[in-house]
Amino acid sequence: MVEQTSLRKYLSAPGILFLIIVTQIPFVVAIYFAFTNWNLLRPGSNQFLGWDRMWRNFTRILNNPDFYTVLWNTIFLTISVVVLTFIFGMALALLLNRPFPGRALARTLLITPFLVMPVAAGVLWKNIVLEPTRGLLTYIMEAFAPVIQVGINILNAIGSVLTPILKPIIALINPVIDLLNTGLFTVVTLFTSLPFIGIEGPAEFAPLAHLSLAESFYLPTSFYLPEAFPMASIILIVTWQWTPFVMLILLSGLQSLPDSTLEAAKIDGAGGFGMFRYIMLPHLKRFIEIALLLETIFILNVFGIIFIVTTGGPSINTTNLPYEIFKEAFSRWNVGRASAYGIFAVILANIVILLFLRVLGNQNESEAPA
Amino acid sequence: MNSKAWGYFLTFITFLIAFMMFFPILYMAITSFKTEQEAISFPPSFIFEPTLQNWRDAIFDSPFPKYLLNTASITFFSTILALLFGLPTAYAMAYYPTKRTEGSMLWIMSTRMLPPAGVIVPLYVIFNNYGLLNTQTGLIILYAAMNFPLIVWMMRSFMLELPFDIIEAARLDGANLWQEFSKVIFPLLIPGLAATSLLALIFTWNEFFLAVNLTSTLEAAPLSVYVSTFKAAQGDLFIAKMSAAVTASIIPVLIAGWVAQKQLVTGLTMGAVK
Repeated sequence: MVEQTSLRKYLSAPGILFLIIVTQIPFVVAIYFAFTNWNLLRPGSNQFLGWDRMWRNFTRILNNPDFYTVLWNTIFLTISVVVLTFIFGMALALLLNRPFPGRALARTLLITPFLVMPVAAGVLWKNIVLEPTRGLLTYIMEAFAPVIQVGINILNAIGSVLTPILKPIIALINPVIDLLNTGLFTVVTLFTSLPFIGIEGPAEFAPLAHLSLAESFYLPTSFYLPEAFPMASIILIVTWQWTPFVMLILLSGLQSLPDSTLEAAKIDGAGGFGMFRYIMLPHLKRFIEIALLLETIFILNVFGIIFIVTTGGPSINTTNLPYEIFKEAFSRWNVGRASAYGIFAVILANIVILLFLRVLGNQNESEAPA
Repeated sequence: MNSKAWGYFLTFITFLIAFMMFFPILYMAITSFKTEQEAISFPPSFIFEPTLQNWRDAIFDSPFPKYLLNTASITFFSTILALLFGLPTAYAMAYYPTKRTEGSMLWIMSTRMLPPAGVIVPLYVIFNNYGLLNTQTGLIILYAAMNFPLIVWMMRSFMLELPFDIIEAARLDGANLWQEFSKVIFPLLIPGLAATSLLALIFTWNEFFLAVNLTSTLEAAPLSVYVSTFKAAQGDLFIAKMSAAVTASIIPVLIAGWVAQKQLVTGLTMGAVK
């Protein structure tokens, strides 16, 4: 009996060992590769760079203006999707949180985009929805052209009113951007001139662009969204896929709110907005945190949709970190540089993972019996 | 506006949005029953004589069945492997918790969230050295590790919900570990196991990044790699066939997801939200 108990305790060992071997060993190997100048096109180049220039892959990356574009693309894509899916997901969760006939059907239809294989979603949007000559979007734009024209006229009217107001604000913001550029340039220069990094040549740096006001909108008759607005089309497709995810989590949050609480608030005279702001939102806080942090972790890895729809282009306008690593590894075969890029990706992900685990930890504490 | 009319209006809006979100998928499914000429006609026709020709071409006159078989076998064996490792781990963590169990649990979950792009290069090199490149075995091992955290988390919470009295009674009756598991715990776990396996199926079936970088041949590559070959137009007359192939590729996961709707949230959030 005693023997069996101790055996049972160690039943978790094989699984954990398996997980360590498959997930941690490659990472350790990645760290080693990051300090080599191994390129698969140059056989025998898998040598340690040497202590004096071991940081070369990292400094090359930090000195490459493209890195900051790629990093910004990754962050911009992630934040845009998280914000948009939060707005739509919250709206849909509230809509689904009422009893009505056919609710299960509406829910089923709404979660479906999330279940579609990302590459299939890319192919579907690229070749069927966004296709410029006969795609669904072109059809809808043509069918609703008069309505869209009215909308554009309204936007242009708003724009012409806002321009005089926005101009002085932008005039104030642009010097701040200059200041930021100077600051970032100083940091990059200082960092790359640290003695142990041993950078060759001066630091390169891509400055942030000034804000400027757009010309008035016009109605395009037929255009290819991934070409006209490459990042926006990626954001659109990823948002379409991930809105159901946020919706589902917030919906289960709303449904865990006891009816009695809502009844009590109603009796106390809370209106629709007051109910949302003071009853639902505080209750949903943890659900929102979990949904958005988890989503962030997964959106940082978006790859399939970019691979299909824009292949990271035009130029590197839609290249995020995973796609850059893919290019570095499998078209330039630069094992060293790709591994160093990978370490940046892991660091970025770990920041969000740690936040997520902290939220989870807090939850476990508050749930634990006193 | 009275509240009843407002309610009808909200219901209408809900269905309108639900339909709009679903429409691209539906439209692709409809297109798969058109002839190639109808598929590229503009404006699109919604009344037409359906044909099964594209499905015949896309499914029987193409490498589709082989890729489907690859995906099915990779999904099946990786789930089995993940269960073989995951069930004992879940068992030990459910019934023999130590001070470190909570910490281990969080660590196991965090491995699921690591960016695959961070380890793709070493994986490629290791796979190349050990002959795992372009093999199903390679992907099966990786996907088993990918689904391990999900399985441990979900099966552990299902085990914690089982009444411990039953297990104790079985032990008093002299059941050994294997009997306790196979005769008592396992039968009670089957519904939970089914839901968890469906979730594992969804993730495995849809995975693309590891698949496209580690497999490319007909012998090993899963469906997601095949679907990605439709990224470029293959002549003018391929939209209907493409629609049939892509629709066929996503249907099993749509069904799995619809069936496992209730467990979807738990599975997606690793139990952070029930």
